[in-house]
Amino acid sequence: MTPLGLPFDFGPALPEMALLATACIVLVVDLFLPDSHRAWSYWLAQIGLLVAAWFALTVFHEQPARALGRMFVADALADVLKFFSYVSVSLMLFYSRGYLVSRGLFRGETFVLTLTALLGITVMISAANFVPLYLGLELMSLSLYAMIALQRESGRAVEAAMKYFVLGALASGLLLYGMSMIYGATGTLDINGVASAIVGGETNRIILVFGLVFVVSAIAFKLGAVPYHMWVPDVYDGAPTAVTLFIGSAPKLAAFAVAIRLLVGSLSALAFDWQGMLLILSLLSMILGNVVAIAQSNIKRMLAYSTIANMGFMLMGFLTANTDGYSAAMFYTVTYVLTTLVAFGMVLLLSREGFEAELLDDFKGLNQKSPWYAFLMLLAMFSLAGVPPTVGFYAKFSVIEAAVDVGLVWLAVVAVMASLVGAFYYLRIVKLMYFDEPVDNTPIAARADMQVLLSANGLALLVLGIFPQQLMGLCVIALTHSY
Amino acid sequence: MLNHLLSLAIWVPIVAGVLVLALHRDQDAPAARWLALVGAVAGFAVTIPLYTRFQLGTAEMQFVETIEWIPRFNVNYLLGVDGISVLFILLNSFITVLAVWAGWVVIQTRVAQYMGAFLIMSGLINGVFASLDAVLFYVFFEGQLIPMFLIIGVWGGPNRIYAAIKFFLYTFMGSVLMLVALIYLYTVSGGSFSILEWYQLPLSLKTQILLFTAFFIAFAVKVPMWPVHTWLPDAHVEAPTGGSVVLAAVTLKVGAYGFVRFVLPILPDASHYLAGFVITLSLIAVVYISFVALVQADMKKLIAYSSIAHMGFVTLGFFLFSQLGVEGALVQMISHGFVSAALFLCVGVLYDRMHSRLIGDYGGVVNTMPKFAAFAMLFAMANAALPGTSGFVGEFMVILASITANFWLGFLAATIMILGAAYTLWMYKRVWFGAIANDRVGKLPDLSRREFWLLATVALAVLAMGLYPKPFTDVMHASVSDLLTHVAKSKQ
Repeated sequence: MTPLGLPFDFGPALPEMALLATACIVLVVDLFLPDSHRAWSYWLAQIGLLVAAWFALTVFHEQPARALGRMFVADALADVLKFFSYVSVSLMLFYSRGYLVSRGLFRGETFVLTLTALLGITVMISAANFVPLYLGLELMSLSLYAMIALQRESGRAVEAAMKYFVLGALASGLLLYGMSMIYGATGTLDINGVASAIVGGETNRIILVFGLVFVVSAIAFKLGAVPYHMWVPDVYDGAPTAVTLFIGSAPKLAAFAVAIRLLVGSLSALAFDWQGMLLILSLLSMILGNVVAIAQSNIKRMLAYSTIANMGFMLMGFLTANTDGYSAAMFYTVTYVLTTLVAFGMVLLLSREGFEAELLDDFKGLNQKSPWYAFLMLLAMFSLAGVPPTVGFYAKFSVIEAAVDVGLVWLAVVAVMASLVGAFYYLRIVKLMYFDEPVDNTPIAARADMQVLLSANGLALLVLGIFPQQLMGLCVIALTHSY
Repeated sequence: MLNHLLSLAIWVPIVAGVLVLALHRDQDAPAARWLALVGAVAGFAVTIPLYTRFQLGTAEMQFVETIEWIPRFNVNYLLGVDGISVLFILLNSFITVLAVWAGWVVIQTRVAQYMGAFLIMSGLINGVFASLDAVLFYVFFEGQLIPMFLIIGVWGGPNRIYAAIKFFLYTFMGSVLMLVALIYLYTVSGGSFSILEWYQLPLSLKTQILLFTAFFIAFAVKVPMWPVHTWLPDAHVEAPTGGSVVLAAVTLKVGAYGFVRFVLPILPDASHYLAGFVITLSLIAVVYISFVALVQADMKKLIAYSSIAHMGFVTLGFFLFSQLGVEGALVQMISHGFVSAALFLCVGVLYDRMHSRLIGDYGGVVNTMPKFAAFAMLFAMANAALPGTSGFVGEFMVILASITANFWLGFLAATIMILGAAYTLWMYKRVWFGAIANDRVGKLPDLSRREFWLLATVALAVLAMGLYPKPFTDVMHASVSDLLTHVAKSKQ
């Protein structure tokens, strides 16, 4: 029996409960609010996130704790990833407030969908069984489809939502199909159960590998790795920038978690098979992402291809099939999310009513308008390019170390050459900001909370670059305590 | 404080630079200038004890500081200098004062950012010379690209954007390959990034050659060696005067320094195996690039090509593997730091008045600017390696070393004396001598007080080093002999 005498133990799922409760409260309260008081829903959502982040921060699971009929696991990995998910979603709401208001999207639906998408993300992160993992994925995806299409009158947004929905449904189908194969071979849906069944040796390897192919494809789709990347540029470009920021941040943490849960948690015995697949995905993503990004003139599309390339880098960490490599990949994902928040935060900062700031040229002369914001964007760009002393360097450093460690020196060389190509388009943004004259002189207006948080977020890229050990160490601890 | 001299040499300029950046409003420009000068002078002052307290006669690292930095990868904040690196820290801090001073009046837009970038870059370059941990080295090595990229791109000439991006991508290409090499050494050494530990690491010839290639590309681009030198003339021509001064005087030395800190001692067998290749490239730089310099119509381009030729001499000296050759190359590096800085300052003096760097726009400058002409004559002679100037010492040592190795090698190397004199003096003749070429030259005012003392300071350094080079070479002896024992020992 559990402490409260309930038939199931929900303690480890408290943050999720807080999120769900907040989503319900916002949904109801919002109905009774006049338009002038819409900010109440916004703050309610922020408080919910704060509470959830508080729960995640106060607990640290030395040992994995199962809950809700062993379907749900709270371990150190989940604690860390969830904490960063809450933080990134909270920052996303802070950064996009002005944008949402000016586009008529500052509505209860936006907040509710944000919270349910986040709930899906945390469920995926904490899934100990194929069923909640799939449910979390669907909860996140369905909320995102709706969020993209919230801007009903925008043809591009609806088109993006449609594309995302069709391809996302396909990916869900792939995942389900793969899972059913694995279930067929092992007779269990429990993630650890699958692992022990495979080690037990009573399974049909061909069926397992067959299922694995579909699982890897679905993960690659969610990460946006080549050749499953087609949706990324269109969705990033078509969605309202606030939603793009969301898609680019927390869902990457979830995709990383799914990769860890499925590939490491249940299919680590097939590491030899998935290493080869991930190698190809990683290689193609790094090359294609970086090369195609050069041709973009729209910053959202450029950052979309940059995501593809970066996810390729991240996958290199998996190739070692040991905790060192996974922690490098985790460090990469977390720092990538922090960097993306700054980059899209700047796009949101520069957009105003009737102006989207989505062209590269909209960054022209930013240094003359505001040296401080130009400096923050410079940090984000050099971090994405992997130039020290920004944190992006250590991210690339860790995954390259992982690749060299398993003898894939040639892959490391390809990776650094791809990042050289990438440096060109990141430099172009710096060039526009610092070397060119501004085209318009509209002053940059932003709420004080956004200014402070964006500054802190940007500086974090530099501070973490000078002191990377704490975050690196945290990633190592999170993985060693979980696997 | 004295236990942290190297940290001070790195962080005093960086902190000063960050403070200067805070004075970014236009009305704060005078304050930004003064604060930058104070920061640069303080940065130089803290490096002086490095020389005065330096122990001669030992090859051990001195002023060592070590703090655990990233235990996850066994990376340490490990600083230390030996006789090879200590002089470059002094050189860099000295040149930074000149660069700040040189931009005093000329730079009128975004003064704080200009001065701040120079100070931050100065601290980062000191970090390159002081790091004994490979990751720390790499962070400084790459980090200094950012300020230089901005200096060229923001305050440079008409084609600055092309030059800035070319500069960044060229050097970035070299360094990312080196990153892979560093990580490889980390894995084969069983998890150490300490450069000194790598000196003892056994490596097969094949591995050494592959690593050599990676390091070679990184450092050869930086030096720059023929045929990867093409970024340098572009960057120099477009950079503002201060940028050219720092680029020529210090950042090129970073590449050459990499050869003595990494390539020779860590990869001795590959260095011997490929010495002929490197020497050939160096001689091409000396002979061919000197001819290229001869035909330049732009003064900055001419000096840029002259820099490539002189740096070719440096790599030549390193790969002769003799005490005289390596010491000569190191002396040449420091001397070239003074002379190239001085020549770029001279071009800056002319450019500020006429807004032209073309030799054809000048003629007869000596008539209107006699004091300036005297200084320029001294620096031109130093560039042509006249005995008594700093330029002579290093070149003479390297030529002696190469004749000892092979007569024809020495013969080709010695052509630098003739060719260097040819292109420098011919430029001097066309710009300074003769009748006054046009009205604008006729109206040129002579040096201002600031310019006079700026050039006088460098002139003093050039003469002092030329007449009495012992204080410089004494510092190097022990470290260079130690280096040569590492190079002589096979690691296979």
